[in-house]
Amino acid sequence: MPIINFFKQFRRLALLIILLAAWEYASRFILDKTESTLLPPPSGVARGGFELMQSGEIWKHLFDSLSREFVAFCYASVAIPLGIVMGCFKWVNEQVDPIVEILRPIPPIAWIPLSILWFGVGNTQNQFIIFLGIFFPILLNTIDAVKNVEPNLIRAARCLGAGSWGVITRVVLRAALPQIVTGIRIGLGVGWMALVAAELVGANSGLGFLINDARTVLRTDYILVGMLAIGVIGLCLDRLIRYTAQKLMPWSRALNA
Amino acid sequence: MPALKVEHVRKIYPSMHAKGQEVLAIDDISLEVRKNEFCSILGHSGCGKTTLLNLIAGFETPTAGHIECAGKVVSGPGADRSMVFQDYALFPWLTVYDNIAFGLKIKGINAGEIKQIVTRFAALVGLSQFTNHYPHQLSGGMRQRVSIARALVVDPTVLLMDEPFAALDAQNRAMMQAEMIRILNEESKTVVLVTHSIEEAINLSDVIVVMTRRPGRVKEIIRVPEPRRMVEDTPAYLEIRRQIRDLIAGEHDVSEAV
Repeated sequence: MPIINFFKQFRRLALLIILLAAWEYASRFILDKTESTLLPPPSGVARGGFELMQSGEIWKHLFDSLSREFVAFCYASVAIPLGIVMGCFKWVNEQVDPIVEILRPIPPIAWIPLSILWFGVGNTQNQFIIFLGIFFPILLNTIDAVKNVEPNLIRAARCLGAGSWGVITRVVLRAALPQIVTGIRIGLGVGWMALVAAELVGANSGLGFLINDARTVLRTDYILVGMLAIGVIGLCLDRLIRYTAQKLMPWSRALNA
Repeated sequence: MPALKVEHVRKIYPSMHAKGQEVLAIDDISLEVRKNEFCSILGHSGCGKTTLLNLIAGFETPTAGHIECAGKVVSGPGADRSMVFQDYALFPWLTVYDNIAFGLKIKGINAGEIKQIVTRFAALVGLSQFTNHYPHQLSGGMRQRVSIARALVVDPTVLLMDEPFAALDAQNRAMMQAEMIRILNEESKTVVLVTHSIEEAINLSDVIVVMTRRPGRVKEIIRVPEPRRMVEDTPAYLEIRRQIRDLIAGEHDVSEAV
């Protein structure tokens, strides 16, 4: 019954709706004029969102942010072959691992000052920061995935005539794929957070720039719209990858759990 | 020429700790398996029977002695010695069809021929209706059928089986043993099976190799009088079972042997 289902879904949102209503009420009737400028009511945020959509401004920022994330992801996907090589060959791992271990704990945001001096304000600097956010989760998950491939699967392939190359392409890569996808999901999430931070200080466009720019003109409604957009896009990215992965790998228990 | 020849094979594992002792897993094992013979290796858990199978498969190398398959010294894994694993080890990302076809694709056989062979073997193991299923959609018994078909399509000189039915419940195990006999009647093969079940060994084998406890040695080699036609609870059956039981019980712990 679609109607009953609708109500079931609706019930899950009850608390959210109550909180929004309370916020609306507080902002309109409790807070004074200055205070309500700092916390506009949900209806005001919605109006601000509508304005930004109509003027097309938000689409431009959204597009810039997403294309930075995408470009950075393309570069960061080097982590997949690197991780596979590190997982398969012990001597490569021995050489690369110390470097990774030193660089990994440095938050992408800590690279912002140096990267601004290197690349200036703009796309390259932003992409570099996002790249750092995406790269390490993919790398670490790929290494882990390759190391944890069921040994009997490799043996099975070997005794059916597969050589080392056949084992890597036909077994290791395929068996590791679900966890590599998990790495991509985590990486894109971290990258998306790093992106906003990078745009706050080092960009002339993007969602991070939008909310920081709105601060200077006290448009709190635009700030909230920007924050909401960042959250929604992050969620959509994650769901999109999960959905695609489930469609492409219906056999994976990890992805379909 | 025997299909498989194991000569004075010994396997020592280095110790895990710096000062620990080396482990002598199997010692001075020699045996021969003739073409189209079914040979079971029977013994307590931990007697090194799986080690012996891994050595034959080429997953590990013997510390001393050597193994020959159809006259060729074993130096690594190969499709002339394909294996059926206890945990099936099917590729979860491939359908039943592609799992069975795996070894053929590596050989570089053309798609038309692969289709012919896979169809024949899927029918042989009774899975014609399930070729488009993924392994996780199948029951344990069906998965093991896929695994058997996958190992048979590459036409191995020796088919290796590592406790293939141990993970199945009693009814399925009995059924799979009967299936195995039927499959071997249609598709003659040299088989080396590792098991800890005396009944399984009697039901399936021409030859039973009883192993000692660690370090594993050959305790006795027994020829089954009427291979694969032994009827349970007949005097001949009970006699051979008692004989094997006594041999294994002689290795201390009776409770584990049954």
